[in-house]
Amino acid sequence: MEAAPARRIRVLVAKLGLDAHDRGAKVVARAYRDAGFEVIYTGLYQRPEAVAAAAIQEDVDVVAVSSLAGAHGVLIPELIRLLREQGVDDVLILAGGIIPDDEVPALLEAGVSRVFGPGSDLEEIIEYTRENVKR
Amino acid sequence: MRPEDRAAELFTRLRSGDRRALARAITWIENGAEEATALVRLVYPLTGRAHVVGITGPPGAGKSTLVDRLAGEQRARGRSVAIVAVDPTSPFSGGAILGDRIRMQRTLTDPGVFMRSLAARGHLGGLSPATGEVVSVLDAFGFDVILVETVGAGQSEVEIMALAHTTCVVVVPGLGDEIQAIKAGILEIGDVFVCNKADREGADRTVNEIEMMLDLGHMGQPGINRWPAEQAEEGGAAAGAAGMALPGADAALRRLDRTGHHSAEDLARAAGYMTRAAVHAAERHGTARPGDVSWRPPVLKTVAKDGQGVPDLVDRLDEHLAFLRETGRWEARREQDAAQRLQELVGQRAARATLERARAAGDLEVLVRQVAERRLDPYTAADEILRNHWGR
Repeated sequence: MEAAPARRIRVLVAKLGLDAHDRGAKVVARAYRDAGFEVIYTGLYQRPEAVAAAAIQEDVDVVAVSSLAGAHGVLIPELIRLLREQGVDDVLILAGGIIPDDEVPALLEAGVSRVFGPGSDLEEIIEYTRENVKR
Repeated sequence: MRPEDRAAELFTRLRSGDRRALARAITWIENGAEEATALVRLVYPLTGRAHVVGITGPPGAGKSTLVDRLAGEQRARGRSVAIVAVDPTSPFSGGAILGDRIRMQRTLTDPGVFMRSLAARGHLGGLSPATGEVVSVLDAFGFDVILVETVGAGQSEVEIMALAHTTCVVVVPGLGDEIQAIKAGILEIGDVFVCNKADREGADRTVNEIEMMLDLGHMGQPGINRWPAEQAEEGGAAAGAAGMALPGADAALRRLDRTGHHSAEDLARAAGYMTRAAVHAAERHGTARPGDVSWRPPVLKTVAKDGQGVPDLVDRLDEHLAFLRETGRWEARREQDAAQRLQELVGQRAARATLERARAAGDLEVLVRQVAERRLDPYTAADEILRNHWGR
């Protein structure tokens, strides 16, 4: 091993289901990169199984799901269930995008740590992530 | 728990095929965690079995898409596959966007495939500092084939050659003329060349230019060549005079005479020159001695997005592995790697220990100041440190 490198926070930025817009996901990914994080982007149209597999293989600290197509209420809890089923309990789960206020509590209940809606401050997302990674 | 104990526990999970343990092991190695050295010690005896295939080439050549297809084809042949893909780290923030998974959608949910993205973390040879040890852990885990994709390579990212048993250089049509192809660098390191996006204009020309580059240094048919022993005695010039009866010579000559305007006499002379050049190169590099079994890198065309040409490519990768084993190069390579690794480790540790002692004795600080103030040159200072603190 060469000189011990600093530990880097690894983030999986994910798009689930039939959700065709990833401008927001790319903006967030870029902001994480510029803050010194290593970001793995899944690309569009992922199944929860594929995102769970990616989270495990990439051993990420954070999974950040962007949802603009309204299926967050089904797909995000399913993703969390799959992760838990495989014994993953030390990953911070964040959600962002178009998520109505009255649907936020259910996501938090399911295991999402925080939901960032439209107009969220990038600095705040990064700060929150940095302070809440679980390992 | 001590780091050694944590490593032992993770190792037990690794041996039982736990993928989360594998992913965590890679994280330790990447971060230079305390547990990593202990873990690498434990896995070492289990390594040395996988066929490590390097995929390199310029950005946008289609490496990730090709890796996805290669993994699929290897799976169809019943082999388990690990993929390691390296992407660049930002020189400004230290962050990275690792996007290779996006192109690998076909195979990534297959339980026989494991894929990990690595950031180069400032390392410049095309890989990341930890790639070698990451490959060791994947090898110990039991994958049959490990595909290592480099960062988009320019001309001198040749580190992959030392890590992979078989290096596949991917190019696309239209990247430059034949002068690019005879430059030193990544075009020298291919065991197999792939012209991807071969449905585009200029693919045949690109293939031809690489073949002509190879003609200057590698005689023979693409793939394994078993040279007739009698030509070993006749020597290159004689073979040239005899109309270049070496394997692959006809094809090389046809490439030279694309226009069909050359006289038979000119071609015979060219054949003589080419043969001598090839034998000369063979003597220096051991690329193709008559009487030997030699390898001439094949040049293939693929269209990775449609999977075209991929089964042929896997055939060639397999053929190269067979070549390495048949000629004893597989074993020789193990020795070379072991020597190299030991040399690196001894160097690092000796340097660290020596500097540590010099620092503790207060000598280091004094010498550094003298060198900074130009009262002493760095070579003399280094000699002094070695004389007083090395191996004590």
